[in-house]
Amino acid sequence: MSRLAPGHRGCAGCCDAMAANFVLEAVGDDAIVVNPTGCLEVMTTPYPESSWEVPWIHSLFENTAVVAVGIEAALRALGRKGDTKVIAMGGDGATVDIGIRGISGAFERGDDITYVCIDNEAYMNTGVQRSGATPFNASTSTSPPGSQSFGNSRPKKNMPAIIVAHGSPYVATTSISYPKDMIRKVKKAVDIEGPTYIHVHAPCATGWRFDSSKTVEIGKLAVETALWPLYEIEDGEIASVRKVKKPKPVEEYLKAQGRFKHLFTMEGGKEEISKIQDIADWNVKHYGLL
Amino acid sequence: MSGKMTVVEGSYAVAHSVKVCRPNVISAYPITPQTHIVEDLSQFMADGEIPNCEYINVESEFSALSALIGASATGARTYSSTSSQGLELMHEVLFNASGMRLPIVMTIVNRAVSAPISIWNDHQDSISQRDTGWIQLYAENLQEMSDMTAQAFKVAEDKDVMLPAMVCMDGFILSHVFEPVILLEQELTDEFLPTYGPEHILDTSNPLSFGAFADPSAYTEFRYLQQKGMDVALGKIEKAAEDFKKIFGRYYGGLIEPYMAEDAEILLMAMGSVVGTIKDVVDKARSQGIKVGLIKVRTFRPFPVEAIHSAVSDAAIVVTLDKNISIGLNEGALFTEVKSCLYNSDISVPVMGFMLGHGGRDIPMSTIQMIIDKAAQAIKSGIKVESEYADLRGELL
Repeated sequence: MSRLAPGHRGCAGCCDAMAANFVLEAVGDDAIVVNPTGCLEVMTTPYPESSWEVPWIHSLFENTAVVAVGIEAALRALGRKGDTKVIAMGGDGATVDIGIRGISGAFERGDDITYVCIDNEAYMNTGVQRSGATPFNASTSTSPPGSQSFGNSRPKKNMPAIIVAHGSPYVATTSISYPKDMIRKVKKAVDIEGPTYIHVHAPCATGWRFDSSKTVEIGKLAVETALWPLYEIEDGEIASVRKVKKPKPVEEYLKAQGRFKHLFTMEGGKEEISKIQDIADWNVKHYGLL
Repeated sequence: MSGKMTVVEGSYAVAHSVKVCRPNVISAYPITPQTHIVEDLSQFMADGEIPNCEYINVESEFSALSALIGASATGARTYSSTSSQGLELMHEVLFNASGMRLPIVMTIVNRAVSAPISIWNDHQDSISQRDTGWIQLYAENLQEMSDMTAQAFKVAEDKDVMLPAMVCMDGFILSHVFEPVILLEQELTDEFLPTYGPEHILDTSNPLSFGAFADPSAYTEFRYLQQKGMDVALGKIEKAAEDFKKIFGRYYGGLIEPYMAEDAEILLMAMGSVVGTIKDVVDKARSQGIKVGLIKVRTFRPFPVEAIHSAVSDAAIVVTLDKNISIGLNEGALFTEVKSCLYNSDISVPVMGFMLGHGGRDIPMSTIQMIIDKAAQAIKSGIKVESEYADLRGELL
């Protein structure tokens, strides 16, 4: 079973290390992994050390998908493809923001790669700046609350929907708090020919400001409040949804994290929380979570 | 010796050379701006003429080169072509390819960069990438371009070099012109160019990590070793030219090509297709008894310092012609670099620089003649203006 070798520089309770381990567990040794610049890359490969026991490459911040495409093409051209899986694994900024052009190209062309987005909802490696995947009203270093602001002014970009629109045969959301769900979906994704996509919700203790023992707990709350629905979309149709029988109020998720703390102290915060509840309610309805 | 001449477009000649070099992965974005190279390669692929090769139609030049980084690291021989804006868009990836020591070969169809928007030829695009760690070769005509492409693969992939290479040809003047060319024969190319088998690749049977993060304790040494690779490339470029001569019978000089240079008082220096025009003017001047010669610079990176030293040591004046400008310094790159490599040497020769042919402005023989006249005047009475445009239209200013 492949795992990240110990000794990497991840924080205590690091979501990236968990995500990488689950992906490696799912795909085994016959895989080549591509990372963009970011926490996972920095913490696993300080020269001359590496935590990777599968072939691994990092090129730049915004070209992860297409580096993977080049590897896959080379394996075919050189007659070395066999069952080898090529996995691109990037953070939310590298995926939904700066790297989206190359991802779009790969998915439009139908290249045989699996892209895993490890979404910790901001640029954590550089000091918690907001990304296109930062949730509504979250406080980050570039979306701070103030007299004119409650934090990040826009909801998360719906990247899975964008990938679905490219005609991908398999798109799934998952969470590091549900390892069995995640491993099953990654296994499924790599076994399907063509470009497949896994979007992993990944709570970051450092960036979201919660105790490092709570990573899994926070991830579960996101699912249990319906703020992060778990689903699979096959050939454009919803194929499975993880039911949330009795969604918890979003306050339970928000109050556990420093990045939403201001909503509980600022005047007008209550109304803002109700807008976040609306997002959860929309998810319940849209994905049929009940 | 090989032989049969065919009249083909410049882009086709290049595409053919790439084909017989047996690439494994080609990745290209056709526009910004467009040349026919990728269209010809696409046709070769459609006709099954390039075995063991994958062609990726990427969505941008940034991705064109990025895909080749993955492919090259996997052990594939890799190729792309671009031009102007496309090359500028690749800027970040250029450094990355070189820093990772991936011997990608790329044709640069030299064209002006925006603004103002222009599709015509000059060298601003590739010159502005000179510090990215890529070998840069410049071709005078289609035959040289055709042959240089194979030489570039050989040099770049040499285990002691392992650096990416740009092979530069002038936009339109070479890329879109039809000329008689001896297209590279497959059999001879196979003899000239060994198969690519790098030592370190992404391979599941021997997992390695590529692209690690280097802190201040190690970063400098990566850069130093890139320069070492460039130093080695100087000799390898000369060797590749000689090996090529043995097999194909054609030779253009190694790092530089001197033309009527030995006894020249006025020594012109230039790169690319303008060299052909200059040779005609030199011939004419020689017939009038004027001692003019030419150094064609084939290799701009690595910069051939020693070759230039020995070529210019007996001249009364060196005159560079540049299709580019360092805005803010008012000099073309060749001018700056030639001056720089002479300073602190024991060679004392004055150097004048002329910028010309920017944005596709035609360079007639009369412009070259005017430059020779100014150089002759400078020998007599000293250099009045060190660097200037040779073809400025004062009435537009």
